[in-house]
Amino acid sequence: MKKRVIEFNNYSFKYHSQAAPTLHDINITVFEGEKVLIVGPSGSGKSTIGHCINGLVPFSYKGEATGSLKIMGKDAHSIDIFSRSKIVGTVLQDPDGQFIGLTVGEDIAFTLENDCTEQGVMKNLVEETAKMVEMDEYLSSSIHHLSGGQKQRVSLAGVMVDKVEIILFDEPLANLDPATGQYAIELIDQIHKETNTTVVIIEHRLEDVLHRHVDRIIVVDDGLIVADMCPDKLLSSEILESSHIREPLYVRAAKYAGCDVIEEMMPSQLHSFSIETCKDKLLDWFEKANDAVPKEIKLPVLQLKDISFRYAPAHETIKGISLSVEKGEMVSIVGKNGAGKSTLSKIICGFEKPRSGSILFKAQDITGDTIKERSLRIGMVMQNPNHMISKHLVFDEVVLGLIIRGVPENEAKKKVEKVLKICGLYPFRNWPISALSFGQKKRVTIASILVLEPEVIILDEPTAGQDLRHYTEMMDFLAELNRQGMTIILITHDMHLMLEYTTRAIVMDKGRIIADDPPSVILTDSEITRQANLKETSLLFLAKRVGIKEPKEFVEHFIAYDREVRRQWQ
Amino acid sequence: MAVEMLAYIDRKSPIHQLTGVSKLICFIVWSSAAMLTYDTRILAFLFIFSIVIFIVSKIKVSEVSFVLIFILVFLFINNLAIYLFSPQEGVKIYGSSHVLIEIAGRYDVTIEQIFYQCNVTLKYFAVIPVALLFIVTTHPSEFAASLNKIGVSYRISYAVALALRYIPDVQRDFRTIALSQQARGIDMSKKEKLPIRIKNAASIIFPLILSSLDKIETISNAMELRGFGKGNKRTWYSARPFQTGDYVTLVVFGIIFVTAMVVTFHDGNRFYNPFES
Repeated sequence: MKKRVIEFNNYSFKYHSQAAPTLHDINITVFEGEKVLIVGPSGSGKSTIGHCINGLVPFSYKGEATGSLKIMGKDAHSIDIFSRSKIVGTVLQDPDGQFIGLTVGEDIAFTLENDCTEQGVMKNLVEETAKMVEMDEYLSSSIHHLSGGQKQRVSLAGVMVDKVEIILFDEPLANLDPATGQYAIELIDQIHKETNTTVVIIEHRLEDVLHRHVDRIIVVDDGLIVADMCPDKLLSSEILESSHIREPLYVRAAKYAGCDVIEEMMPSQLHSFSIETCKDKLLDWFEKANDAVPKEIKLPVLQLKDISFRYAPAHETIKGISLSVEKGEMVSIVGKNGAGKSTLSKIICGFEKPRSGSILFKAQDITGDTIKERSLRIGMVMQNPNHMISKHLVFDEVVLGLIIRGVPENEAKKKVEKVLKICGLYPFRNWPISALSFGQKKRVTIASILVLEPEVIILDEPTAGQDLRHYTEMMDFLAELNRQGMTIILITHDMHLMLEYTTRAIVMDKGRIIADDPPSVILTDSEITRQANLKETSLLFLAKRVGIKEPKEFVEHFIAYDREVRRQWQ
Repeated sequence: MAVEMLAYIDRKSPIHQLTGVSKLICFIVWSSAAMLTYDTRILAFLFIFSIVIFIVSKIKVSEVSFVLIFILVFLFINNLAIYLFSPQEGVKIYGSSHVLIEIAGRYDVTIEQIFYQCNVTLKYFAVIPVALLFIVTTHPSEFAASLNKIGVSYRISYAVALALRYIPDVQRDFRTIALSQQARGIDMSKKEKLPIRIKNAASIIFPLILSSLDKIETISNAMELRGFGKGNKRTWYSARPFQTGDYVTLVVFGIIFVTAMVVTFHDGNRFYNPFES
């Protein structure tokens, strides 16, 4: 029988800072060499499980634990965080925040330095490890100049240098664009196969992780283990749906079409998924489709004309961009990191001055307007809520902008209460913001902009850090605002977001616009997706396998259908 | 992008090639010399020599101008304060009084006082270029290793190095936050009255602290998870062995220090007195 490397037995844990336990009586066993995925909505306790394994609980985050946790057969509480780090290597979520060294070599060497390894030995070990992740040519490069995928390799090498028994990935895909995420999963798989290390991945982007085989999926919801089974079995159950975790789209499409997805069909990976039995149902489902939405021509509200911008003289960040957004549109701007998406939004808000070109708002030139003047028309919600929140209480934060504009107190209070209700924050109005989750904070910042009633609102990665339930809530809420006439521009990595909610996607690459089409067109175009580090949607492959001649229409039908289904959820 | 002050500036120069340790030792020796002596001749020499070093380093004045202006303003205030609180300090030191401008009693401007304050200013001028150079030419990863090598605990060394490294990040955050607050109508420009501007500035500080605390939590977790703080000692991947240049520099600085001390103290007084006949 295989060795048990991690064993939770009737384990419960409560943080000192919280009133209720985060983990209730959980039982998990992980065997040597296994590859296990832990999924769950945010706040479910999945990160806490990770912390228990790597020792941050209880050594950094204090709390009370009952039951037992054994790591490599030993009681975990007897292994301090340093000895723990010899057994469990952790790759953290934030790709930039976790680098300690400045150059690749230095960061990989960090653990060795702490072990007082002699410099010569250290250099050899670092080079060896760097070779495993194919980064040996970059040892003296600065980490900040690496691409997202290269950063992932470095952080992985940093934990592998220690020959750990278990590697724990804490949301490795957060902040990665779809193509880089896919690459990261391949890398994890390759390392797992080559070293036979036990791998534990904590992540909620299920379809992306399933790009490569995993042995087992553990579903956590509300501090309880609700499932612990192989991927094929899990995907043929209803568990994911009831825990608000997004199923792979092709599985969902099959279920919508009325197919009975069973374990034997091997649904965990699209290429192994045997769809012979449900081909007809899918074709049938597609033929019934009739989603044509007539397109009305509306007035442009925001126009950019030949905008160019650069931070440094040699490097043009935005190269002559022209675009027009119509009133009441919901548009997404997508592209890989560094493509110029955020810079473009900053130019629209007046945070940066374009070198050439002009910006029109309802045919009126606003290129020379100050930030404050533009903020009356265009609201901007930043990616990191901590960059915006400046008050202690939720209500005070949301009302701030109104007070500054001199809105009378009574009126301001009414407006704030209305917005808080829409954002689902009304019960929290007198809470300190520090007690809210990341997703809730994000909603506070959206509320604080909405209350100012701008005509156009720009959101930078609005759904980052939100699980499916909150994601749906927030996006439906934005969609509702959109129906009422607000123009919404979303900057995002999230392909589901652009596919499910926006009618038009602008793809940027190297400071230019390389495509401007409906998302279903873009995500079925292999050339554009490759250039922009996106990924073709799995629905496309499903459609091809079923033999549908208009895969683009199939994708559109799925979206329309899915939107309808999820509306009924609430 | 935001102005990056006090960050490492990469150039190819003899100063950059020295190891962090020798630069640190030289910096300490240099500032001790400048601090101990009031001998104008020595200070003048130190000042000129530090300008030479600055030129050799290929760092441009414009690259450090922000900090430089900041220090100069501070220096000016310092000078003003000396005159305000101790206007006859020079007379006390040099034992003579040549009144230049009569103001009122003890606030009469004497040549001795001017000379004394010139010396104080010169002290600053002798140290500023070297101090700036030490910070902008020492690679941050070598910084901690150097501090540790001269006996500072590695935990403290690392804390200092990290703090220095985050200066550009914090500056960037500051700018982002300031912009996002302005977008909500908080005016920081000169159009607004000063007390309101100060109050508005507080709305930047709060988020800045929050986002910095976030960063600290992430990095300290990452460090702990990789065994930082385990032993009393650690080794350094990027520590460099001493080379001929380092030995030569240390010897030169040693000689300068000793000479400066001998010249300063040979007559039993830290001050060079041009008023004695």
